Amino acid sequence: MAIDWFPLWLSLRVAALSTAVAFCLGLWLAWLLARRPFRGRDVVSAAVTLPLVLPPTVLGYYLLVLLGRNSPLGQFYEWVFGQPLVFTWQAAVVAALLHSAPLLIQSTRAALETVDASFERAARTLGASEWKVFWHVSLPLAWKPILAATALAFARSLGDFGITIMLAGNIPGRTQTLSVAIYDAVEAGNGSLARTLVLVISAVALVILWLANRLARTTFSFTTGQAKR
Amino acid sequence: MIDARIRKRFPPSKDSSAFELDIHLKTSSPVTVLFGPSGSGKTLTLDAVAGFITPDEGRIVAGDTLLFDVAARISLSPQQRRCGYVFQNYALFPHMTLRENLAFAADRLPRAERRGRIAEMLHQFHLGEVSGRKPHELSGGQKQRASIARALLADPRVLLLDEPARGLDPALRSELYALLNQVLADFRLPVILVTHDLEECFELGDHMVVIDNGHIVQSGQPAEILDAPANPAVARLLDRHNMVQAEIVALDPSRQLSRLRCYPGSDDGFEILAPYLPGHLLGARVTFAIRTDRLLASPSDQAPQGSVRLELAQVSLRPQTARLIFANGLTAEMPLRAFEPHRHNKNWSVRFPPEAIRLMRP
Repeated sequence: MAIDWFPLWLSLRVAALSTAVAFCLGLWLAWLLARRPFRGRDVVSAAVTLPLVLPPTVLGYYLLVLLGRNSPLGQFYEWVFGQPLVFTWQAAVVAALLHSAPLLIQSTRAALETVDASFERAARTLGASEWKVFWHVSLPLAWKPILAATALAFARSLGDFGITIMLAGNIPGRTQTLSVAIYDAVEAGNGSLARTLVLVISAVALVILWLANRLARTTFSFTTGQAKR
Repeated sequence: MIDARIRKRFPPSKDSSAFELDIHLKTSSPVTVLFGPSGSGKTLTLDAVAGFITPDEGRIVAGDTLLFDVAARISLSPQQRRCGYVFQNYALFPHMTLRENLAFAADRLPRAERRGRIAEMLHQFHLGEVSGRKPHELSGGQKQRASIARALLADPRVLLLDEPARGLDPALRSELYALLNQVLADFRLPVILVTHDLEECFELGDHMVVIDNGHIVQSGQPAEILDAPANPAVARLLDRHNMVQAEIVALDPSRQLSRLRCYPGSDDGFEILAPYLPGHLLGARVTFAIRTDRLLASPSDQAPQGSVRLELAQVSLRPQTARLIFANGLTAEMPLRAFEPHRHNKNWSVRFPPEAIRLMRP
């Protein structure tokens, strides 16, 4: 039996792209949450964590409303890129982003919070700009747990099902990611395909987790996203 | 010149009760030592000057620069304040070598000067040979010097040192004091230093500020403060005084003398001669302090006139002195050499030199 590997490649591509976006966005947000006390920080923090606890279908529904063809954002996207966002593989990236970014942000925040504040204070008294403090002091001191958090976010974005199927659908060869393909295979009674894909995704996830743990020598508690040394 | 009026309330939190910092620190001495117990607000004062905490009220001026003023809504960022801050843990960046740590601070200098200045500092602070090492490969003294050198490279207006001698052994301490004195001579910038070690105040400070529970309780030269603590709280902090409750039993303005009946501990009391106490009435209750090393103890059989006989309860030996703690709680400190021949003697006579008696404000 020839196995169609497209869903695996699509999932990897979607995960890579969404992790990259989550990393850039998440680093900034995590730093804000960890180091810049501002009014309403707790609300923002709660909002950032919300996707971890809401059912994926709820998140998918929100995204459909927010990014659908009739929404201003959806129309803007269509105007810029010449095609709608929903039911494309790019929509799967958005779905994976929402699925994985909360974990990345909260873990990165925890990693940044473990950096002794006196290093950052010292850097400031020496005249370093906030930009320099972040790139030359905070980030280098926290990069291991941050990289581990990024690896976890990558693994998590590989596995999204609910949001993806709501927003990107299940179009074989176009938007069918690995987890959707497994669902599809089971529904279609194709047990061997489902088994193979399940084993493959499990192996990939296991390798990533192992790497993340080695990298950070940090134990992660998945419920809180807190890194402990 | 430093002039800092700082007022900040800290609401109670889960690991500390409510605290109010209310400090007016004004000094033009080369070295100002903030002395006080842990948790008294010394480090918070440094943090407010450096810009890490924002006072609710106040104004901070360093030299001719206004760093902070609530009324004028001015609050310079820590970067703009240019305060050299030597942290308790030194805060050398652990992922950089010593040279990179210094280079981090030298960014403000013109590019052409940087290398030369860094080399100069490495040489001056005897760090040339270890400049390629990471902080965790340095000894305590080297870290200490590196952190001072780094602070100075950024050309600060004022140098703030948070308990610099904490955790250093005695030899390294003397080295640090010598280094700081050299820094003072070479760089001519005001230094504010936090300590809870009285000896450090004497070693370094021209101006000592005693802080207790968020407030300044006394300031002046260390010797002055030790000689005449302003109130019982200061005397307690210095831990070098006997505090004695007494009743005025005689006042003699013509001879400028008074007689006090003292009640240390639960004792029946004894009478001593004291200077005349103007503005006090006969029979009034007063508290006075007398330094432990000003109480003159001698073995009983050679008791001078006008002294009190006391029973020795306990002795604690110091490198140079012996502390004699008597049964009624009074403590006298005498040179070890003078004590040695009488170490088994139980009965002592103790004299209170009138000129050493310091009446406390209630």
